[in-house]
Amino acid sequence: MSVKVEDKLFLDRFNVDDESHLHLRDGKLCFDRCEDQPCLYICPANVYKLEKDRISVNYEGCLECGSCRVGCPNFNIEWRFPKGGYGVRHKFG
Amino acid sequence: MDETFDVAIVGAGPAGITAACVLADQGVKVVVFERGEYPGAKNMFGGVLYGRCLGQIIPGYIEKNCPIERNIVESRLSYLSEDGGLSLAYRDRAFFEERRNNAFTVGRAKFDRWFADQARAKGAVIVCATVVTDLLRDDAGRVTGVKTDRADGDLRAKVVLLADGVNSPLAALTGFRPEIRPENVALAVKELIELPEEVIDERFGVSPGNGVTCEILGNATLGMNGVAFLYTNRRSVSLGIGANLADFATQKVRPYEMLENLKTHPVIAPLIKDGKPKEYLAHWLPEGGFDTVPRLCGEGFLIAGDSAMMFNAPHREGSNLAMTSGRLAAETILEAIERNDFSSSGLQGYAKRLHDSYVLKDLKKYRRFPSFLETHKELFTSLPRAACAAARDMLTVDGVPKKVRQSEAWKAIRGQVPPLRLLRLVWDAWRSVR
Repeated sequence: MSVKVEDKLFLDRFNVDDESHLHLRDGKLCFDRCEDQPCLYICPANVYKLEKDRISVNYEGCLECGSCRVGCPNFNIEWRFPKGGYGVRHKFG
Repeated sequence: MDETFDVAIVGAGPAGITAACVLADQGVKVVVFERGEYPGAKNMFGGVLYGRCLGQIIPGYIEKNCPIERNIVESRLSYLSEDGGLSLAYRDRAFFEERRNNAFTVGRAKFDRWFADQARAKGAVIVCATVVTDLLRDDAGRVTGVKTDRADGDLRAKVVLLADGVNSPLAALTGFRPEIRPENVALAVKELIELPEEVIDERFGVSPGNGVTCEILGNATLGMNGVAFLYTNRRSVSLGIGANLADFATQKVRPYEMLENLKTHPVIAPLIKDGKPKEYLAHWLPEGGFDTVPRLCGEGFLIAGDSAMMFNAPHREGSNLAMTSGRLAAETILEAIERNDFSSSGLQGYAKRLHDSYVLKDLKKYRRFPSFLETHKELFTSLPRAACAAARDMLTVDGVPKKVRQSEAWKAIRGQVPPLRLLRLVWDAWRSVR
């Protein structure tokens, strides 16, 4: 099924910080020691994308659910909340 | 921050604001920290609040303009296969009249702001756009306040109530609750779909102001342990679907694809037809049950609501557990203030109150339910297929004698789920909820 998560995220309002609140502790590990790379699937905002030689972190559309933090089999994602007032802002909730 | 407070609360959701209301009513100096720009900015739930719980905190909430979407008069349960579905619905006159607002839908962005305003009016201080990043402790390890991401953002308090929700990096950092394990939460995504008010009235067969909740089980979660829902709001419906996070990881299903898939189901599609998606959200549900409830209080702190994993999965109740636990935490704090004892033993009354209330009684009653679902994946795979195939065959009128039909239907069920497995399922289901 072709559904673009971008079309969904487009519905949301974000107050994007210049600085990412999500970091891969060791980007190399994602290739060397992580076969399944579940972050590429479980993230409801598709924050993690597979590039040629790395996994990119598109924190701007993060819905702040926390799934990548606990779903990463190597606990390789440094996860904190966006700074106060930043990040997603629900209109309805 | 120079001002001093008796109580600091982390999170302006139902648990935190309930506690703030109860404490402020008694003249306690209470501050609530909310990381969103406004209360509700970060919050999502299915959509149902319970009137009795709210009325205990805010008597006359209707007159005080509580932003209710629709009063729930009917609850539906659908069991879907890929192509069909069995449905059960219960509607009662009582829910229109004397039990009106037993349950009602709300949008959290509006409701949480309204609820926080009630706490403000009682004298609580609500500080938004502020993340609590750590807890302050003294040399003996007692919690003595919170550290925030504001400049000069340390705040001391006699006691801290942690009501910061199921996803709490603070919990992992401070160890007051072990970090979440994927199998103990469901990841849910939800879309808000706009429809004209009268179209919703007509499609769900309700009069203005009344509404319906639909819980959806079966193949909707593509074989994963999960559930979907469709709730009516005034001018929109909330369509959501969630599954166990560990299942998502192993099955490599994308949550939003699962949601799109559900939209095309013949039972769901006509209910949302011509609707306009307005918002897309994602959140966890603490589905681990009783055995994942952490230590409820310690030296200088208590923990309530989703942070304490208080969620009744089979009944889809959470907001009421959050509000009740917030109220019981506040009552315990009032006692502690009187005795000036904020130690772990001074706050133990909270655990006792929760154990004596429906909150932990209900969670305990269903403590086997999470493992029941986990060990009976046929509930989400072959059983809905078998049940729907049997129903389809029994309803097909084509001259085949009913006796033959019946034996074919039974054969189809047995082909999907062996009879012994079926017996086991019924037995385990009974044990998990009795």
